[in-house]
Amino acid sequence: MSRVSTPPVSQMKASQGGTLYRGREGMWSWVLHRITGVAIYFFLLVHILDTALVRVSPEAYNVVIASYKNPIMGVGELGLVGAIMFHALNGLRIILIDFWSKGVKYQRVMFWTVVGVWVVLFAGFAPRHLMNVFSEGGH
Amino acid sequence: MSTIAAPRTPAPQKRRGVNWEKWGWIYMRVSGVVLVVLIFGHLFVNLMVGEGIKAIDFAFVAGKLSNPFWQWWDTLMLWLALIHGANGMRTIVNDYVVSKAWGRTLRGAIAFAAVALIVLGTLVIFTFDPCPVVPPEQASLLPSFCTA
Ligand code: HEM
Repeated sequence: MSRVSTPPVSQMKASQGGTLYRGREGMWSWVLHRITGVAIYFFLLVHILDTALVRVSPEAYNVVIASYKNPIMGVGELGLVGAIMFHALNGLRIILIDFWSKGVKYQRVMFWTVVGVWVVLFAGFAPRHLMNVFSEGGH
Repeated sequence: MSTIAAPRTPAPQKRRGVNWEKWGWIYMRVSGVVLVVLIFGHLFVNLMVGEGIKAIDFAFVAGKLSNPFWQWWDTLMLWLALIHGANGMRTIVNDYVVSKAWGRTLRGAIAFAAVALIVLGTLVIFTFDPCPVVPPEQASLLPSFCTA
């Protein structure tokens, strides 16, 4: 435990704490992980139900799924996909902290890597999705 | 900052039986790695390819779910994600809910929702008919391969 990046407790400000999960990146990544996890969970419950409508009738499914195609929902979907991307990437970071011998030492670097990869993925997704949402086409 | 003298807690009693909390912890990590692949693939195929969300309708889903590859992809994703999400919600309930009765009620509701939706979702995937008998005005909603 001597080679972790955090300084000894005696040299730290109280606000920094002496642990991985108190203050700064370690804490905020955990807060975001928890909030995104809950949001995705409730979406998943709804999403299984709306998909189950394929078993009711083609019309029932199409009518309900059409509500996902309006601009307000389209913007909501950006938030949802952004949340999933963060939860997935930060989940991999948590796994590395737990299993990689240098994981704790690099947890802060890995947090900013998560943010960086998230920005790249989101920049790839958002314009494409907004183009689809605001296009005249569709069924 | 004050430090608490070690040892902070007495040595834990050895417990018998399966350590379910440990297996839950391992499950969150193993399912997480697999879910990254399944969910990113799911989002890419459904939202990035072609017209993305505008192309999603009954015929689109029928095309996917008449293919065993997507049937198994979706089944695995359904089971892994719902159990992962339910177990995560259980952790959160354990963290914040003080009342014993409320905790038990909420954990029961989470477990019930997980079982019910896994059964529903799995039945939908494997009993799905891509070319159901429909009234004539809905015939145009079927995938093109149904008329062949
Ligand atoms: C995309 C891939 C995913 C990865 C890599 C991932 C990874 C993780 C990890 C490592 C944890 C921490 C568990 C712990 O600390 O013991 C976690 C917690 C959680 N996950 Fe996921 N997850 C993913 C997808 C999902 C999905 C689809 C849902 C919703 C259905 C979800 C909901 C949750 C919840 C509610 C928690 C609990 C949060 C907490 O205790 O603070 N996750 N996830």
